[in-house]
Amino acid sequence: MATQHSRSAARLMLAPAVILLLGWMLVPLTMTLFFSFKKYLPMRGDSMANGLDWVGFANYTRFVTSSSFWPSVQTTLVIVGGVLIITVVFGVLLAILLDQPMWGQGMVRIFVIAPFFVMPTVSALVWKNMFMDPVNGLLAHLWKFFGAAPVEWLSQASMPSLIMIVSWQWLPFATLILLTAIQSLDSEQLEAAEMDGAPALKRFWFIILPHLSRAITIVILIQTIFLLAIFAEIFVTTGGAFGTKTLSYLIFQRVLESQNVGLGSAGGVYAIILANIVALFLMRIVGKNLDA
Amino acid sequence: MGQITLNQVTKTFGDVNVIPPLDLEINDGEFVVFVGPSGCGKSTLLRLIAGLEDVTSGMIQIDGSDATTVPPAKRGLAMVFQSYALYPHMSVRKNIAFPLKMAKMDQAEIDRRVNNAASVLNLADYIDRRPGQLSGGQRQRVAIGRAIVREPAAFLFDEPLSNLDAALRVGMRLEISELHKRLDTTMIYVTHDQVEAMTMADKIVVLHGGVIEQVGSPLELYQSPRNTFVAGFIGSPKMNFIEGAEAQKYGAHTIGIRPEHIEVSDSVGPWQGVVGVAEHLGSDTFFHIHDSGLADPLTVRADGEVGFSHGDRIYMTPREDRIHKFDAQGMRIG
Repeated sequence: MATQHSRSAARLMLAPAVILLLGWMLVPLTMTLFFSFKKYLPMRGDSMANGLDWVGFANYTRFVTSSSFWPSVQTTLVIVGGVLIITVVFGVLLAILLDQPMWGQGMVRIFVIAPFFVMPTVSALVWKNMFMDPVNGLLAHLWKFFGAAPVEWLSQASMPSLIMIVSWQWLPFATLILLTAIQSLDSEQLEAAEMDGAPALKRFWFIILPHLSRAITIVILIQTIFLLAIFAEIFVTTGGAFGTKTLSYLIFQRVLESQNVGLGSAGGVYAIILANIVALFLMRIVGKNLDA
Repeated sequence: MGQITLNQVTKTFGDVNVIPPLDLEINDGEFVVFVGPSGCGKSTLLRLIAGLEDVTSGMIQIDGSDATTVPPAKRGLAMVFQSYALYPHMSVRKNIAFPLKMAKMDQAEIDRRVNNAASVLNLADYIDRRPGQLSGGQRQRVAIGRAIVREPAAFLFDEPLSNLDAALRVGMRLEISELHKRLDTTMIYVTHDQVEAMTMADKIVVLHGGVIEQVGSPLELYQSPRNTFVAGFIGSPKMNFIEGAEAQKYGAHTIGIRPEHIEVSDSVGPWQGVVGVAEHLGSDTFFHIHDSGLADPLTVRADGEVGFSHGDRIYMTPREDRIHKFDAQGMRIG
């Protein structure tokens, strides 16, 4: 595959896929950028056919000066951070647990991975109606059983509830990746550490955790990308109320509820910038693990 | 001190009896090699001594005290693994310091011991590198370094040279032997390579199916193997075994004669055959001889200059005093 001829043939054959993917990415991006500089209120009669007014950076200033902007950024980061901490910590513990030889290991592993197959909308509905409902929910019954007043999860503890729901969905993903990483650890290393006098906790800290660092990095990076964009869970449960309005939810509200495409697009551009800042930040913190 | 005694030790994995009751005495300062074919239980035996496996029954004594249920870290033994088992995220220095750090030794003492080990093993130039940046031989040295800093009662080596290339293996073999002479600590060394066993050991333990076939010095094993298994396992190329009428003449069921104890000639000798393959090593030549009516092929070692080639008729004279006699059960007679 190294001759001049085969290289140009390879390029030619790759071209359709590359062009399709580039178009897929560039068309929406350009359109978002385009709309973000325009006044575009479809309900007021603005349309592409009539031509849109150029408003410069007005949409951008309006989006950030809105009282909902900074709280939404904060909410986004709290949800991402909370879910990451929970999934990584419990993911590591579950992975260690599932790595122990036990009866029915294959079945248990499938059960653990199952939540990941449930659609976000469905799992949020299941949590909302079956567990967190203050009248009929399982948790309400549990609280009542112990004589406590049921918690109105989604209004009184909206953020913890949301983080819990999203963590439940992403924990299997983290567990799966970390489990495969643990299984790749050379058992002789653990035995060597045992002979070197390291008790179980120190073996975990000095051998297992460093071995997992690369997998943890991957889990954090992939989850961050997806968690910055969570939408269905909020839409289904709180509808953005009770301080659960994330940046992506705010953009949705601007575009669809306020019918302001220009303002929403400006928000979209901010979201892209935020995602890149977070990604850069994460890469710098954990990047050294990737090239080690 | 590093005296280890195994008393009626057994090990079973599920239904499989890997080691039937076994007794063994390892003296302080001895270099003991466990040798045997794959699956003979030699690595299991080493892991039992290390404490990485629990014995099913029996007792292990280290320096006179019962260590059967003592956890590995408390036995005062250090092990060098086949894969070296270095910690990949730590530098060479940290790898070597790890057992000392676990023992909560103070930093000055750790530094002193690590530097000492590094200079003994010529590790100083790459002390700050990670294991991934080292060659096989260097990793091997780091693994040994990590073992010696603990100043253990005994070293356990689990096939440490099997991942090295042939030239390096010879070098490391020598280094380990020298290390033993210098430290004068008990070493237990597991290998399937009888050359390593012969060259390094004070005492060889030949294992077969979990059973000790023979214990003795390399020369004892070479000169008077207790049975046909040991006779065939020790020595390279393998001893020739001859059954039937020729063995009857010596009053044995089987006789064994090593390739180096047969003299060749182009005209005279009680045995004769046709040369099949001649392997010229320069110093020696090994002839594989067919149609001798004794064993097929019969292997003979001759000087490098002896010039027989494929298809030549060859006459052989065994050295009578070097013929080993075995009975029908394969046990040595006389």
